[in-house]
Amino acid sequence: MNANAPPPLLIGCAAGFSGDRTDAAGPVVDTLIARLASGPAGQRAFLIFETLAERTLALAQLRRRDNPDAGYEPLLDAMLRPVLARCLAHGIRIVSNFGAANPRAAARHIARMARELGTDAPRIAVVEGDDLSGAAHRALLHETLGAQMEGLRIVSANAYIGAEPIAAALDAGAQIVVCGRVADPSLAVGPAMSHFGWRADDWHRLGRATMAGHLLECGAQVCGGYFADPGYKDVPGLDTVGFPIAEIDADGHSSIGKADGTGGLVSEATVKEQLLYEVHDPSAYLTPDVVADIAEAEVRALPGRDRVELSGVRGHARPSHYKVNVCHEGGWLAEGEISYAGPRAEARARLAAEVLRKRLDGLALRVDLIGALSILGDDAGRMLADTPDTGLRDVRLRVAATHAERAQAERLAREVMALYTCGPAGGGGVRTALTSRLNTLSCLLPREAVPVRFELLGAEALA
Amino acid sequence: MNTSTDDMIEVPLYRAAHGRTGDKGDRSNISVIAWHPELYALLAEQLTPERVSMQFRHRAPARVQRFLLPRLHAMNFVLDAVLDGGVNDALNLDAHGKALSFLLLDMPIRVPRALAPLLAGP
Repeated sequence: MNANAPPPLLIGCAAGFSGDRTDAAGPVVDTLIARLASGPAGQRAFLIFETLAERTLALAQLRRRDNPDAGYEPLLDAMLRPVLARCLAHGIRIVSNFGAANPRAAARHIARMARELGTDAPRIAVVEGDDLSGAAHRALLHETLGAQMEGLRIVSANAYIGAEPIAAALDAGAQIVVCGRVADPSLAVGPAMSHFGWRADDWHRLGRATMAGHLLECGAQVCGGYFADPGYKDVPGLDTVGFPIAEIDADGHSSIGKADGTGGLVSEATVKEQLLYEVHDPSAYLTPDVVADIAEAEVRALPGRDRVELSGVRGHARPSHYKVNVCHEGGWLAEGEISYAGPRAEARARLAAEVLRKRLDGLALRVDLIGALSILGDDAGRMLADTPDTGLRDVRLRVAATHAERAQAERLAREVMALYTCGPAGGGGVRTALTSRLNTLSCLLPREAVPVRFELLGAEALA
Repeated sequence: MNTSTDDMIEVPLYRAAHGRTGDKGDRSNISVIAWHPELYALLAEQLTPERVSMQFRHRAPARVQRFLLPRLHAMNFVLDAVLDGGVNDALNLDAHGKALSFLLLDMPIRVPRALAPLLAGP
């Protein structure tokens, strides 16, 4: 590495999904401030929040339909307010996809929050171009999806865009960058590109930063969250599990640690689990920025506690197409539950399921016996059929089905309710639910067809 | 391996390895990470895609691929069409299939008695 290269960049992550803990950011920001104070001159720090999953954007679009000022992360205020003033005061810049379906409304909310906190007005940028749900893009999607599009009521359509507009917004001086559907690791790649001045085809460096971003993107998961398994994988202080902080150098190499004074742990085991999380071919982890390659990657615990180094990551030229997720209305999900207890409870629950199967012809019914088999089984019921009655004395029957028509789905609720008087002995505690479904389709669109941009918002836009 | 049966013990995979499930659409990936580098070779020998496919036969995976990561002492299994449609379509309470790593980690494997001290748990 060049001796004149800037010192390593610090990136903390304070959310791994919409609905994550809202008190996560505090210790991350405190740690970043302490590290900046004791670190080398010229060190910089970022805070990222990752709040989108496959269906989060569709739910955000539905909220925006009801209210043009909604459609961004519902917990934005709770997540950001406790740390916003400190971030601004210490030069910690913020990058997030919490804009969801309405980045401009999120930016306005942040500006309002800053006014209420009495800070100087922050320079806020929005990244746009990912949202393809408008009429203007209908023909484009139709070209790609063809007959699959017929009759679909589309709720959201978003391209997974990359780090370039984030880096450009930061280069232009943004202190806060609000995105919609950018690829999760790009939240970390954008700051690294901007800070180190990497080119958009510097594949190895981009690949390394992408995997650092991948370790960060699920929040606590790399710090012992989602890891604990008593007696096999013991995690200290899981109730106060910390959120991660990565240190990325000018060549993209990284180490990962966590916020000071928090629970959890960062070990070779936690890092390996997160490194492979949601990866398919390890030599080709596709993002809009690069094809990252961890086939030869290594992780090594560093001296001291809770620090692990990632090395051996490579990168290859980025894909020519963006992945696009299209979410559409998908009919109705009906669920019903009833409990049986005491002698022969499992036999009575199994009989109730048989009654429902016969009564609900035309609905493909999923049957679970909570307490016996309710998670690992399959929709077709093959595993349940192979699992003998084990004589459970406390079991809850759950049935579920979907149908395009609401009235058909509603039959399930009525039949489960009727078990109160028409079914096996001793059934109690019926609960039923009817939920409208969202289904997804994926396709690829050439990058040229999806122009992305950023805009540094002026005072009028933020009023 | 040339070891006679007497020198082998059968244990659940979770004593030799840990792992995590991830999902994208109707596809699940399950990592299997050896607790100790010396255990990796026997995992690679025994955890074939065919055996894993059998373990998931009720879910009827359309395809099981295995990727080896010797430097991480790990492997990654990718199971296609195993989530009954995926998070948006499945009727499962665990629509993401988050628990599936534990179905894999419950598979029996055979370990030379000499390596038993490297196994986790009781």
